[in-house]
Amino acid sequence: MSAAGLEVGTQKVSGTPTRRLRLSPLQWVGVALGAVFVLSVLRVVTGANDVDSSGLLIAAIGLAVPIALAGLGGLWSERAGVVNIGLEGMMILGTWGAGFLGYHMGPWMGVVGAIIGGALGALIHAVATVTFGVDHIVSGVALNIVALGFAKYLSVRFFSTLPGGGPTQSPPLPQLPSFTLPGLSDALGTLEQQHIFFVSDLAGVLRALCTNVNVLTIIAVGLFIATWWVLWRSAFGLRLRSVGESPVAAESLGVNVIRYKFVAVLVSGCLAGLGGGFLALVAANVFRDGQTGGRGYIGLAAMIFGNWRPGGLMAGSALFGYTDAAQLRGGGTTVHAFLLLFAVLLLGIGVWQIVRRGRRTQGLVAIVVGVLVGIWYFTTEIVPPELSGTTPYVTTLLVLAFASQRLRMPAADGQIYRKGEGH
Amino acid sequence: MNRLNPRRLLLGVAAPVLALGVAFVVTSAILLVLGDPVGEVWSTILSWPRPRQLVQVVNAATIYYLSAVAVAVGFRMNLFNIGVDGQYRVAAFAGALFAGQAWFPGPVNVLLTIVVAMAAGGLWASIAAYLKVRRGISEVISTIMLNAIATGVVQWLLLKVAVKQPGSNTISTEPIPESSQLAGLGLIPGATNKVYTLIVVAVVVGFGYWFIINKTRFGFDLRATGRSETAAVASGVKVPRMVVTTMIASGALAGLIGMPLLFGQDFSYGTTFQAGLGFAGIGIALLGRNHPVGIAIAALLWSFLDVQSNALQIRAGVASEVVFIIQGVILFAVVIAYELIRRLEVRLEQQRVARELAASRPDTPAVEGASA
Repeated sequence: MSAAGLEVGTQKVSGTPTRRLRLSPLQWVGVALGAVFVLSVLRVVTGANDVDSSGLLIAAIGLAVPIALAGLGGLWSERAGVVNIGLEGMMILGTWGAGFLGYHMGPWMGVVGAIIGGALGALIHAVATVTFGVDHIVSGVALNIVALGFAKYLSVRFFSTLPGGGPTQSPPLPQLPSFTLPGLSDALGTLEQQHIFFVSDLAGVLRALCTNVNVLTIIAVGLFIATWWVLWRSAFGLRLRSVGESPVAAESLGVNVIRYKFVAVLVSGCLAGLGGGFLALVAANVFRDGQTGGRGYIGLAAMIFGNWRPGGLMAGSALFGYTDAAQLRGGGTTVHAFLLLFAVLLLGIGVWQIVRRGRRTQGLVAIVVGVLVGIWYFTTEIVPPELSGTTPYVTTLLVLAFASQRLRMPAADGQIYRKGEGH
Repeated sequence: MNRLNPRRLLLGVAAPVLALGVAFVVTSAILLVLGDPVGEVWSTILSWPRPRQLVQVVNAATIYYLSAVAVAVGFRMNLFNIGVDGQYRVAAFAGALFAGQAWFPGPVNVLLTIVVAMAAGGLWASIAAYLKVRRGISEVISTIMLNAIATGVVQWLLLKVAVKQPGSNTISTEPIPESSQLAGLGLIPGATNKVYTLIVVAVVVGFGYWFIINKTRFGFDLRATGRSETAAVASGVKVPRMVVTTMIASGALAGLIGMPLLFGQDFSYGTTFQAGLGFAGIGIALLGRNHPVGIAIAALLWSFLDVQSNALQIRAGVASEVVFIIQGVILFAVVIAYELIRRLEVRLEQQRVARELAASRPDTPAVEGASA
């Protein structure tokens, strides 16, 4: 797991090394189509039309991007062996930076401000963990407390007196451009309104991808591709990852371990800060105290779910963005529809555990819980808003609970390294 | 290890003093850059508080102390319970609900409520323990998620059982009966307000924490696991069981955090119940180095800064939120200072050993200043 904490012997060494499923781009498309199919079945069965409406998906993209950017930051830092719980703090500094520079100097300078804010947080984290060898989690947690305090004070200090601002929020910020494919978007919208099985659902997905796409979203996608290329296809990336896998070996080959870790944490901060900037500049159009709402942590969870790889991280962020959008927009009704999906999934897992793997107790527990969730679905009309608000967090936990034992983090993740340790 | 070595003592004191000095300088620099009146800020914060404020400092410190000890139990074995925040809110709600029923008379109700709250906190923490031990999920992530879930679940349950507070819009659980409300102790002369009666709980917890960590087999295993997991496993410590026990203990202690507030001030759990105490606890545990006395000093310092900063707006024209910057800078300075001092200690120890070895074997060449 991500933390530098205790291992508790959960790693099981299997006799034959199982290669993790790696999908080709075409297979990814297949997975995406399958997901759309499941959602369209769910829509028709439950009648909750919002489960895959383009409106919800547009909201989901908006909510997924900050999580994805934070997770991408986590990826950089953890690939170099530095656990980054401080992502949340870096995001907070990013939101403030975006609010301050964005208001005074325009939206693009807001983006710069977000990156600077995140980088400053990362600088503190890097100095503490890489230079001084403080425990990564201690430093990260401390950074989150510090960043929250800074943002609170700075917003009182600089936003209170501005017109339209207040002690906990900035005035409205200028907007970044977003793009819509003119003819296509409307055509797909019409098709979506027909509510034809699968076809309309696919139209909804496509419409979400070509309507109101913010320029920062496009940049974020570009950053994903760039990260993949730099980390997995360049010499720099190979060295950076070697630092996270085995710093001693890396240093013996002449890699400056400390410098690589430092750079990785700084890049991490820039990305997390940009994620915060997205929240302030695009999602809300205003800086607000407490705006990040734990998205840095969810980004970290998405990265763990994605097995420390960009593709998986993207899928994880999409899942969390989607559940968040579902609870925000549809509220109880959409989340209520998920209950059915969840019940069926649990029943399937239970049967599979018993029939294929011979694990009776685990299978039975899954079936019992599945039946209970099913009863909950059929006896209620709506999930109470207080509970549906927890959907992204519950999903995070459930997904990790089912996935985490198949994951492999960088071998030296979270370990404190000092120069010349291997000699 | 337990010898009272003057050098060790000096180094132990050096870290916090160094950190406070650095924090003072750094904060002043930040204030200067921001264009705030540095002199007035410090003279306001460092003035001696009036009796009324002293009581506030002690009361806030009591709660911070409980929170920080709950965190520290886990920290001692590298178990990062970030979920104290959620655990104490679940526990405070359960406790308030139980106490409000008034099934038992006066003090018995108080005692049983404390038991209920500890059980609720421990139960909530056990989810994270299960997820870590059986499903391999880092407790850092799971407890953070559980904090958010706790918020939703408690709000939902609160709506189900809530009664309307007379004369306001806030809702809360049934207020606890008057016989169970604790009036407080007049420990500080000249103050009209009183110190929470349940400060005794904090004292008991502090002593119990010291005893269990330092004088019992469990405490030894816990510290051994924190120092080196592999060594602990080799000597027969069952780490998964330790994780479960410690996490539940941490959650149970977290359950106590809300009790002084419940019985000494709020008398019910409502939407206005103080939030965010768990996160302050993390900072204070780090500041106090997980040591029972260290945490007490750190808690007093933290609440002192809290209370003193209230006057900043009036006396210095600076927003009281500046205290967050001061606390944060202190926290980072302390964390780094501890690490530096620890390295210095190791190096001095190595030099001492090398010297002694060289002295006992005069025929071999002396090894000076082995690298750390």
